[in-house]
Amino acid sequence: MSFLRFLAILSVLVVGLQPAFAGRIADAALSSRVAALGSGGFDAAEKAIADLAATGDERVPAILDRLGEGELMVRKADGAVFFADKAGKDFRLTDPVTGAHAGVARKASVEKIKVNNRLRRAISSAVGALTLMSPDPATRRAAAEAVMKSADASAIPALDRAIAEETMADIRATMLAAKATALLASDASEAEKLDSIVAIADLGGRDALGFLSGYASAEGAVGEAARKAVAAIESRLMLWDVGQNLWYGLSLGSVLLLAAIGLAITFGVMGVINMAHGEMVMLGAYATFTVQEAIRTYWPGLFDYSLLIALPAAFLTAALAGILIERSIIRWLYGRPLETLLATWGVSLILQQAVRSLYGANNREVGNPSWMSGSFALGDIQITWTRLWIILFALAVFLALLAVLKRTRLGLEMRAVTQNRQMAAAVGIHTPLVDALTFGLGSGIAGLAGVALSQIDNVSPNLGRGYIIDSFMVVVFGGVGNLWGTLVGALTLGVANKLLEPYAGAVLGKIILLLAIILFIQKRPRGLFALKGRAVEA
Amino acid sequence: MITTFLIDSLDRRGRVVVALLVALALLVPAGNLLVPEGSAFHVSTYQLTLCGKYLTYALLALSVDLVWGYCGILSLGHGAFFALGGYAMGMYLMRQIGSRGVYADPVLPDFMVFLNWKELPWFWQGFDMAWYAFLMVALVPGVLAFLFGWLSFRSRVTGVYLSIITQALTYALLLAFFRNDMGFGGNNGLTDFKDILGFPIQAPGTRAALFSASALMLALGFVVASAVVRSKLGKVLIAIRDAESRTRFIGYRVEHYKLFVWTLSAAMAGIAGALYVPQVGIINPSEFDPAASIEAVIWVAVGGRGTLVGPLIGAVAVNFGKTWFTGVLPEVWLYALGALFVVVTLFLPRGIVGLWETVVTGRSKPAKEPDEAGEKAGEAA
Repeated sequence: MSFLRFLAILSVLVVGLQPAFAGRIADAALSSRVAALGSGGFDAAEKAIADLAATGDERVPAILDRLGEGELMVRKADGAVFFADKAGKDFRLTDPVTGAHAGVARKASVEKIKVNNRLRRAISSAVGALTLMSPDPATRRAAAEAVMKSADASAIPALDRAIAEETMADIRATMLAAKATALLASDASEAEKLDSIVAIADLGGRDALGFLSGYASAEGAVGEAARKAVAAIESRLMLWDVGQNLWYGLSLGSVLLLAAIGLAITFGVMGVINMAHGEMVMLGAYATFTVQEAIRTYWPGLFDYSLLIALPAAFLTAALAGILIERSIIRWLYGRPLETLLATWGVSLILQQAVRSLYGANNREVGNPSWMSGSFALGDIQITWTRLWIILFALAVFLALLAVLKRTRLGLEMRAVTQNRQMAAAVGIHTPLVDALTFGLGSGIAGLAGVALSQIDNVSPNLGRGYIIDSFMVVVFGGVGNLWGTLVGALTLGVANKLLEPYAGAVLGKIILLLAIILFIQKRPRGLFALKGRAVEA
Repeated sequence: MITTFLIDSLDRRGRVVVALLVALALLVPAGNLLVPEGSAFHVSTYQLTLCGKYLTYALLALSVDLVWGYCGILSLGHGAFFALGGYAMGMYLMRQIGSRGVYADPVLPDFMVFLNWKELPWFWQGFDMAWYAFLMVALVPGVLAFLFGWLSFRSRVTGVYLSIITQALTYALLLAFFRNDMGFGGNNGLTDFKDILGFPIQAPGTRAALFSASALMLALGFVVASAVVRSKLGKVLIAIRDAESRTRFIGYRVEHYKLFVWTLSAAMAGIAGALYVPQVGIINPSEFDPAASIEAVIWVAVGGRGTLVGPLIGAVAVNFGKTWFTGVLPEVWLYALGALFVVVTLFLPRGIVGLWETVVTGRSKPAKEPDEAGEKAGEAA
């Protein structure tokens, strides 16, 4: 009922937008039919509803809807029918046809038109049928789906008319399926019912599945056909489910990639165990928050660009923090990875507490720009724009980093220092500077990850903690010192995690994955794509 | 025989430590139970329990030092063994509650009744018997460590990689124990204990006994660790720490040595956890937090890695600092702890003990003369 009410309101809105729509009959003719609603008992009212529905006038759904809500009243003096809105003890009357005010009436001078369940059914099918003819495609589609859910045989004639006039193919398909469901529920012949099942099965989707499984236990050919159709739809839905999980997996994989790719530089290329890596991500997220706050306060018009503006800010914040850490702490510990691990863990504690002191321990709200909110459907797969952008962003960062390492002077020097520090120094590379810049680059990329993660995760001082173990897993699994390994590792772990989830549950899935990685490391201690040659032992 | 062998393995400093621990085990409970409250020598029950907790941490630190300080295996997952031992003890204590729980079920612990479980899961069977539970305290962490080490050492996972997978191990266990379906009380863990070995767990006498047990167990752990470290096996361990490949080429089965010390250390951590639980009165999954394991490593680093005495000093000092800071200046504690990690790794690679040796005695190696007084103390242990 409330859904039909929604349809009715929708159709009223559409009328408001399109006053020149042709689906109206003369006011007087409509008025006389409306008046018939209040002329006598339930039988008369039912006939009047059918008459009203037959007009196809777009004002009718609203009138019928208010009738169903008990807001239609007869003025005792002349038998005229009005919309009645309560105004204190009295009622404000409105002409249902013209919308003109008809003054205020005492309670005693009007009488509510009573409705029983039979009338309510008549009203709902009439409203459903009328909205099927609405000029607005969305209303028509919604109406057809509503009929499909209710499977009301009385809607068949209205559906037939609507199908004949429908021009949009997909709505027509929905209407045909709606007619099929109505036919199945009616006492039509078996052949017609079998055709109906085929029509519904063609539509697919969960509604069709739910409807057909209601007939799967039926006897005879109908039940047989229904069972077949259910099986077909189920297998198709399962494929879509796998597709949806793959999408979630890609999305998780891209998040892992973003979080891990900076670590692939600091850990993979430099061999530094940076336990403060997660905090670099957190710094990036807080930089995003700060930039967005500034934009909200001073240049609210730029809000949609806030994330783009935050990108360089987050990169620089995290990169500078990284360079500072490298110059003050890590450079004393090269070649002592376990000590580096402990020292950077200390740094991570200090950074967390510093952010907590500055911004408070609570989560901070980072808004979505308009171009990142909302979602769209690809078949049965729901795709949110946020996730899509994050996947694209992760790939862009990955490619950019690859380009920096392979195509720039800095990248060349970085690789030289990684492979043989002494020789690199001997040919004139300023190794301390390269160390600092490499660490800064890795940290800055973690900051970029923070911008993306601020969109899907809570921005809190503990943000980084949640990613550090996963990031290490990705880098170790993919193979240390190999960016492609990190890409493959992140996507594999993301997809594997999401494909496991439906069977094992989120937590157990993750545990299984962690144990699988532990076992995998036993088999291939250097990861999927291990570096070969002398650099390995260095 | 074994006792004399163990005592012979102690150096002079070791005998002092053992003597001190035995003295603590006797004097502190006496200060709590016998000395009247107004006296300057009175130890309150709160202080007693707190110190008992520190001693179990010290035992955990000792077990970390055994693998990290003497074998070069940096475990970031020793908290997992500690917690497993704690859970084994917690399960025993839960079974001791009997029908005194909220739901008054004679067999099932409250949380199982709450989850609508009908019977005790198989892994809870037997924990009503103290000997079985106490065996499990060392056996469960030991077996897990054995399997984990057998896999890892055999395939030569070393250094940072090993550290990272130990961290993954404790993280996986953290997630697992958070699940209600696991049958370990989920998020809330095990708590509301009533009595241990028939004695009410909150009574001052029981608490004093638990303190003594912790001190004596720490002393025993110390003696065992010294025996291991100073034996020929210990020399091989140190050789592995300093040059693993070279030791292997000489002909030692490196993985066997590592596996032995690793399993021993895990069992020790489990015992520490088992003594910890009745004193704090709860065990929950947060003990599996990777951060907790890393904190245990810093105790060792602060005290002095590879010295056996250092971890005890470090564990007590850092935890005393933690208690003091979180009481007086809670927001400063993480800064202090973080700075401690940085300062110790940068400036105090051998910790407090190393600092003491270089500054006070001017020697880099400890003295090794036997000492009469220490020997007596060792016998008492």
